Amino acid sequence: MDFTFNEEQQQFADALRRWVDKDYSFDTRKRIVHSPSGVSDVAWNMLAELGMTALPVPEAQGGFSGNAVDMLVVMQELGRGLVVEPYFATVWGAKFLQLAGNQHHRLEDVAKGELKLACALGEKHSRYDLADIKTIAGINGEGYRIDGTKTVVIHGGQADALIVSARSAGTQRDTNGISLFVVPTDTPGVVIRDYRTIDGQRAATVQFNHVAVPASALLSKLGGGWDMLEEAADYGVSLLCAEAVGAMEALFNATLEYVKTRKQFGLAIGSFQALQHRMADMYIHLEQARSMAMLVAARMVCDAEERRRVASAAKVRIGQAAKFIGQQAVQLHGGMGVTDELPAAHHFKRLTMIELTLGDVDHHLERFTAQRGFQQHS
Amino acid sequence: MDLTYTAADLAFRDTVRAFLDANLPSDLQKKVRNHLRLSRQDYVRWHQIVARQGWSAPAWPVEYGGTGWTPTQRHIWEEECARSGTPPILPFGVNMVAPVIMAFGNEAQKAHYLPRILNCDDWWCQGYSEPGSGSDLASLKTTAERAGDHYIVNGQKTWTTLAQHADMIFCLVRTDSTVRKQEGISFLLIDMKTPGITVRPIIMLDEDHEVNEVFFDNVKVPVQNLIGQENKGWTYAKYLLGHERTGITAVGRSKRELLFLKKIASEHYKHGKPLMQDPVFSAKIASLEIDLMALETTVLRVITRESHAPGPEASMLKVRGSEIQQQLTELMVEVLGPGALPFDTDYLEGKADHAVTGDDAAAPLAGYYFNYRKTSIYGGSNEIQKNIITQMILGL
Ligand SMILES: Cc1cc2nc3c(=O)[nH]c(=O)nc-3n(C[C@H](O)[C@H](O)[C@H](O)COP(=O)(O)OP(=O)(O)OC[C@H]3O[C@@H](n4cnc5c(N)ncnc54)[C@H](O)[C@@H]3O)c2cc1C
Repeated sequence: MDFTFNEEQQQFADALRRWVDKDYSFDTRKRIVHSPSGVSDVAWNMLAELGMTALPVPEAQGGFSGNAVDMLVVMQELGRGLVVEPYFATVWGAKFLQLAGNQHHRLEDVAKGELKLACALGEKHSRYDLADIKTIAGINGEGYRIDGTKTVVIHGGQADALIVSARSAGTQRDTNGISLFVVPTDTPGVVIRDYRTIDGQRAATVQFNHVAVPASALLSKLGGGWDMLEEAADYGVSLLCAEAVGAMEALFNATLEYVKTRKQFGLAIGSFQALQHRMADMYIHLEQARSMAMLVAARMVCDAEERRRVASAAKVRIGQAAKFIGQQAVQLHGGMGVTDELPAAHHFKRLTMIELTLGDVDHHLERFTAQRGFQQHS
Repeated sequence: MDLTYTAADLAFRDTVRAFLDANLPSDLQKKVRNHLRLSRQDYVRWHQIVARQGWSAPAWPVEYGGTGWTPTQRHIWEEECARSGTPPILPFGVNMVAPVIMAFGNEAQKAHYLPRILNCDDWWCQGYSEPGSGSDLASLKTTAERAGDHYIVNGQKTWTTLAQHADMIFCLVRTDSTVRKQEGISFLLIDMKTPGITVRPIIMLDEDHEVNEVFFDNVKVPVQNLIGQENKGWTYAKYLLGHERTGITAVGRSKRELLFLKKIASEHYKHGKPLMQDPVFSAKIASLEIDLMALETTVLRVITRESHAPGPEASMLKVRGSEIQQQLTELMVEVLGPGALPFDTDYLEGKADHAVTGDDAAAPLAGYYFNYRKTSIYGGSNEIQKNIITQMILGL
């Protein structure tokens, strides 16, 4: 076995980290977050220039055919640097396009950094159940017509095109009858209401009012989109797990530094045993989380059953670690921890929101126990 | 043993309920119950309504305008206020500086400040913490040098809650730096309008302006604003810390928030069923409800046992109270799931009538969760409370 990153992966990570350190300081990020658009074109172009948008795209479409392990190093750095650009949304969306196999042109644009994507999957009532869909896709001449409302579409307001799940058959929460489409955001009838999220990112409510799309917009088999949806969602989970580990690591390091330097009662607070043990627990959580982020990235290529099992396991373990590390980091920073001033507090906010994206601990525990293998006892 | 309220207590509760029904303005109630931000005017308005009834300082002796209520009655009053959703009566005047003035102040100070505190004519804030002195409060550095009939104050306070609204600040200052650190501290009352004072906002994680830095640059404070004796301030400060900690326990409010949690858990769905009916989630709520029951009973045990300042048990109440408050906010965020992400400052500040996503109840909750990480830090962090328990109760 080999748990090391290869030279190319290391280079990607280094390049990203240099860019974050130099051009994406905490102050710069704050300005971006509070700007009207909430994102930065300059930063996006830089991500494209560094090859980040091309990384996950197949070579045939001008990319580097990067796998989930390659993405692990990238997402870790973005998590560390608290980057708020619509990268996760785009890369996640690109996974759908790649699985569809009929979207070469769009993938080429993604690779060049010219097409931003977002995934419009969740609805008000659906919580984390991706099959709980009320949005309807009906036959409309040669193409389809979509009606419905998607909520908390991450970076929906910054996207050029949306990946949309809709029901073309079956009842609500049925995994049969789900279809996936790609819909340019300037299509008539698409109404986007963009807003800030509490961790400094952007999300949107997206309404589809009689949105007509051509036959070529269909990404899955008609009504047979569930497997693709699940596979892409697990890939999204692996990206988020990697981002979370980057954020946790930054938070852990900042806290370690803080308890070594902050003095009370004439001593560094890190010399109090109560806090030492807390730091040790945080370290243990961090390393378990890191292991799971590696495991889930490596297992993305497995059969569906194993992929599901590991994706849910990773999201559970990383969710638990993120909560512990996040809350303790704030606590150990004392008053400073609850202010808007420290990056640490923002890492904590980002971690909390990652937990609420694509399934929380309870959701993935339930999914883990539902896998066939879990019930076997001999 | 009889763990029920007496008939007199129940009658008292009816009186309190009738008062609240008749006098709590519905706009204030709506803000409080929906976790919206309160303005200075909101706090003052409610304080003065209660003052007109003569109930703004239930724990004070009757001679100063207190109520003469038993500890149980005071508990009922607080619980009923929390249940209805009144704005809090801020503790800085009524529960913090006033007991010190009563116990250690001179007659002139009592005559001047106490009626004004009762009626919220002055907004008080607490100037204890400094950038270098948080848990180790006695290491504070802000100096007050005697110059004739004045002190000249220099230094910086921080984390000063709502100082942006304050008329007065009570401060711990160093008047002697040649002795043991606890022995050179004095307790000073300072008018916030005095030249040389600058207040700078600190923005919290939920982007609310709740705390401040307060700078003192050669601020002239009349000697008559000294409480008690010079260099005895540490004794006075310790006297009021127990009061602060019991206040933070907030059992009444947690009970209201528990109901709110159940309400949103019955309005949010998982696989088509309310979360309230989900066995995993409802078990979490149940376990929190049971924790709250244990805490409430403990609070009642502590308050019915003592007649004056709470002892080191207050630390236990503070630890559990803050943890339960935090868990409530944690579960609220869990209920919302992805719906917790949207962040709508316009709505929270009252600039918009409705939240951008249409879910008004959800809009404040993630911010509430982040903000409430403070409860295990302020009023003496939970680690410090545990140190107090191990040293003063367990003798370790
Ligand atoms: C929202 C808010 C409002 C506040 N309002 C006021 C106010 O109005 N007036 C005022 O004067 N102050 C106020 N405070 C200040 C508050 O009392 C301090 O923040 C608190 O005492 C902790 O101090 P610190 O922030 O300096 O943390 P530190 O003392 O630096 O502590 C950092 C961490 O180290 C731990 N630690 C420190 N010493 C020990 C030890 N011996 N053993 C184990 N662990 C230890 C702490 O528990 C904490 O986790 C407020 C704080 C907050 C967050």
